[in-house]
Amino acid sequence: MAGQLREYRSRIRSTRNMQKIFRAMELIATSRITKARQAVAASSPYARALTRAVSAVATYTDAEHPLLTERPNPSRAAVLVVTSDRGMAGAYSSSAIKEGERLMATLRERGVEPVLYVLGRKGVTYYRFRRRAIEAEWVGSSEAPTYELADEVGETLVEAFQKTGAEGGVDEIHVVSTRFLSMVTQEPQALRLLPLEVVEGVEAPPSNEVLPLYDFEPDAERVLDALLPRYVSARIYNLLLQAAASEHAARQRAMKSAGDNADDLIKNFTRLANQARQAEITQEITEIVSGADALTSAR
Amino acid sequence: MSLKVQVVSAEREVWTGDATMVVARTLEGEIGILTGHAPTLAVLAAGEVKVEAPGGGVTAQVDGGFLSVEHDTVLVVAERATVGERASS
Repeated sequence: MAGQLREYRSRIRSTRNMQKIFRAMELIATSRITKARQAVAASSPYARALTRAVSAVATYTDAEHPLLTERPNPSRAAVLVVTSDRGMAGAYSSSAIKEGERLMATLRERGVEPVLYVLGRKGVTYYRFRRRAIEAEWVGSSEAPTYELADEVGETLVEAFQKTGAEGGVDEIHVVSTRFLSMVTQEPQALRLLPLEVVEGVEAPPSNEVLPLYDFEPDAERVLDALLPRYVSARIYNLLLQAAASEHAARQRAMKSAGDNADDLIKNFTRLANQARQAEITQEITEIVSGADALTSAR
Repeated sequence: MSLKVQVVSAEREVWTGDATMVVARTLEGEIGILTGHAPTLAVLAAGEVKVEAPGGGVTAQVDGGFLSVEHDTVLVVAERATVGERASS
């Protein structure tokens, strides 16, 4: 009996310790969401300026650019899957991976072979475990992506896109990441990054606004040449920042429910412990009373 | 009349303010922008962008990027850009 009580007490203690950790992680995640969203906001002037400039070039010239033209018979497509480095974020990574699998299935149906690029340790372990070939991987900064990382990813992808199929190049580039819609809704989404559709930018200029007729220096083609790789990197940067914000939001929610669950467990265990204590006392009283009874009746 | 100047890097807006003239180096050479300049999109070479303002002005270090001018608004856009204050001359 006494053993049971002790067991309940130690379980309450360990649950309480875990709850403290959950609480701390929840608070950290909450403060990081704010930071991640500020980073999204801080990067938006750059993204807006680039989008505007690219659409200006695209609207006023008929410049043909390899990054803008659709290939007639795509045979290979790069798929970049953005996941988190750490777990404890609920279904964040697994829903991104699931979305990625769905995209790859549709690609295969079209007769296009998907080539994997993975960001985040969780995705890397997932595909490694299943012995799937990963073309390139980046780990270690899913929580606070830097522009350097986005630029590196962008360069790798653009390079692969510019190679021909025989050299191991790809004809399309897709990105699967999680979009931050609000604190409670984050949605995994797949989008095609290349060939580029400039119009559906993150922040497309309002359609009623007429872009001025620009002079290009040195000329439209070279301006476009300089702009497009940057545009791709900026898009990737924006996606990464949104993914980071989503990751923190998912982690915050997961930690909150874990903490609530720990609360319930503690309540349950406390009840059980009280019951065990009461039972113990009752038994002791019964023993004493019956002992006294036996003594009086024996006299 | 003055120019509205914005210096923007990939991660944040670096500097914004009014200026009388902007001097930058493009791939083809130096370009100076005063008010009333025609809309332009120019690719910048790595180097300095000088922003002249009545009270001194600043110099921005850029690693390339581009410059756009329209309606007396100058946007200097580069992946990495830093701004240093400069004494009035």
